[in-house]
Amino acid sequence: MGGVHPEENKISTQAVIEPFPVPEKVVVLMNQHLGAPATPIVNKGDKVKVGQLIAEAKAFMCANIHSPVSGTVSKIDVCKDPFGVSKPAIYIDVEGDEWMETIDRTPDIKRECTLTPQEIVAKLKDMGIVGLGGATFPAHIKYNVPEGKKAEYLIINAVECEPYLTSDHRVMMEHAEEICIGVSILRKALGVPNAYIGIENNKPEPIAVMKAMASKFEGIIVEPLKVRYPQGAEKQLINAITGRRVPSGKLPIDVGCVVSNVGTTFAVYEAIQKNKPLIENILTVTGKKIPSQHNYQVRIGISYGDIIKHSIGELPATTGKVISGGPMMGKAIYNLDGPTVKGAASVLVIDESEAIRDKESNCIRCGKCVSACPMGLEPYYFSGLVRNERFAEAKDRNILDCIECGCCFFSCPANKPLLDEIRMGKNKVRAMMAAQKK
Amino acid sequence: MTKLILLAVLVLGVIGAIFAVVLYIVAQKFKVDEDPKIDEIAEVLPGANCGGCGKAGCRAMAEAFVKQGNMDGLRCPAGCDAVAQKVAEILGCTAEAAEPQVAVVRCGTCHNGSLNKSQYDGLQDCAFASSLYAGANGCAFGCLGLGNCAKACQFEALHMDPETGMPTVDEDKCIGCGACAKACPRGVIELRNKGKNNRRVYVNCVNTEKGANARKTCDNACIGCGKCEKVCPFGAVHVENNLAYIDYNLCKACRKCVAECPVGAIKAVNFPPKKEVAAPAAEPVAAPAPESVAAPVAEPVKSETTQN
Repeated sequence: MGGVHPEENKISTQAVIEPFPVPEKVVVLMNQHLGAPATPIVNKGDKVKVGQLIAEAKAFMCANIHSPVSGTVSKIDVCKDPFGVSKPAIYIDVEGDEWMETIDRTPDIKRECTLTPQEIVAKLKDMGIVGLGGATFPAHIKYNVPEGKKAEYLIINAVECEPYLTSDHRVMMEHAEEICIGVSILRKALGVPNAYIGIENNKPEPIAVMKAMASKFEGIIVEPLKVRYPQGAEKQLINAITGRRVPSGKLPIDVGCVVSNVGTTFAVYEAIQKNKPLIENILTVTGKKIPSQHNYQVRIGISYGDIIKHSIGELPATTGKVISGGPMMGKAIYNLDGPTVKGAASVLVIDESEAIRDKESNCIRCGKCVSACPMGLEPYYFSGLVRNERFAEAKDRNILDCIECGCCFFSCPANKPLLDEIRMGKNKVRAMMAAQKK
Repeated sequence: MTKLILLAVLVLGVIGAIFAVVLYIVAQKFKVDEDPKIDEIAEVLPGANCGGCGKAGCRAMAEAFVKQGNMDGLRCPAGCDAVAQKVAEILGCTAEAAEPQVAVVRCGTCHNGSLNKSQYDGLQDCAFASSLYAGANGCAFGCLGLGNCAKACQFEALHMDPETGMPTVDEDKCIGCGACAKACPRGVIELRNKGKNNRRVYVNCVNTEKGANARKTCDNACIGCGKCEKVCPFGAVHVENNLAYIDYNLCKACRKCVAECPVGAIKAVNFPPKKEVAAPAAEPVAAPAPESVAAPVAEPVKSETTQN
């Protein structure tokens, strides 16, 4: 159902993943994941090593944070995130690059995993693993299947349907075996017979590489999928692979599915087999008008400005927007001094000519947004409801089912800010529900 | 022919009479007793249904008055004392004189483009923009300049100033209903007592960041230094969360704090301009206006985006 076909623009697919040099200073935000911020356990002046635990998960929905660099904690204060909002953070001055002794930094691939499922989940929690597909959902919560529910399918999301992004593409090309080991570990943690790796048909190279590698492993099936945005959205992917539909307001586990991003499985491999906490992201630096394309393995806490400076020098004069994430669902970065966090997938430089929205005109009731919506909603109708502040009605029409993929705004010939209005409506509906609960 | 007409008149007349009797009986049987005072009070109230009293509308307010029987805790901000007096006469109680209030915009930035670090072309709604980012000028506390307050005002008392891009309150029209304060997602607008001769002193900032960070964001930001708290002879100023607040019930408008404030974040309005104490207060606020040389460039962009 629904979906659109935006220009793919995957221009950085051939750029090999390079390690990004460690800068002089990093700022580690305490909000790196979905849920409550982590609590710092280091003090000003403390010496830290790479991979040392610096902030602990105290709340249920929270994840541990480890130091991405070695050096001295210079202060614990607030820091403006890429969107200009102040958040608690740990500032670290970098000295050398001394790693924790427990971390295995050899290039050897470790294939055996003797841990029990409970031990695997506990280790995911220790290592601060979160989902790297965009939502940064803490992994230890996802792989701890609640009582009364049973996981039947493990689905690995390697669709990467967002235009421009190539980090998953490159990880599959370069770390296929590690990914397959990671998938086997997750399969063991959940106790499911088969894992499916979903890849869109427009990536023939990773499909071939992954198929060749998966054949050496038990219970890993590579599933090429139709090219369509948002094929990689969780509910759409479950439907494409299993034929099941996740009902409104339910989670994938309610239909026996667990979905994990391919980047996360690589992080899982490194955490479980190599004792390496989640301190690095694979990040794409791309854009049509920039001189070179890159894929980097970059430590968290490095500012977007530093990444741009090192990779392409100055931003082109005609830059209109710098986006974190893809052009469909990503957010424009307001403050380039803001640090990267876990799950940051790209720095996308958009030219002026493509950055500004066209003028809005009236809805002509063409219904394109309705046929484009992958969730079967009526975006034009929400637009009216939100403009007239009829939020209760919007809730009854399942506004909260919207996955914010942007297909409605993309397909609207009148350039109505449909997604903006729906997002605002969702915020208001959530606030309304919270008020009612009280 | 005449016979036919007479017959028709007769038949219709009889049917009409029967219905009239039935309707009368039904109306008597299902009669709802309503206190006539409700109608009287509803007549006296302004009838704008602004919601400033906290009730659903003027009729609901009238019902609340009659149900309670007195005026304790109920007040029509739109009608002020004149209406309160009339309601008191109908209810047969005494009306407490309450200080009239006015909406105050507590933010010293401007949106004419001179301070903007980014351009926003999304949905022109403050609540939405606030959920996305800090704001075009970088303050995560201050005014976003997209005009939710002006849209909420039913009395045409609040307008977006085209020169500064900030909401300005028309004190003569503002009745202190508080609709704008509710509409503002960042709590920038506050209802304050009008004060003697409309003279008011207030902190023109709501930024609760630490001094250094607040100052980095905005030149007019309160840094929470506490000088105003020390200098105030009436104990009306308190600094909490790095932000000073002047209690309008205690403030005697002496303006000592205005002179003391190192960043010009305390604003005094409607004072005669002759004394030199008023000058430092008026200057930083008026500062954006002379810079409006940049306005001709910024203005077309602004008007374009508002149409989007």
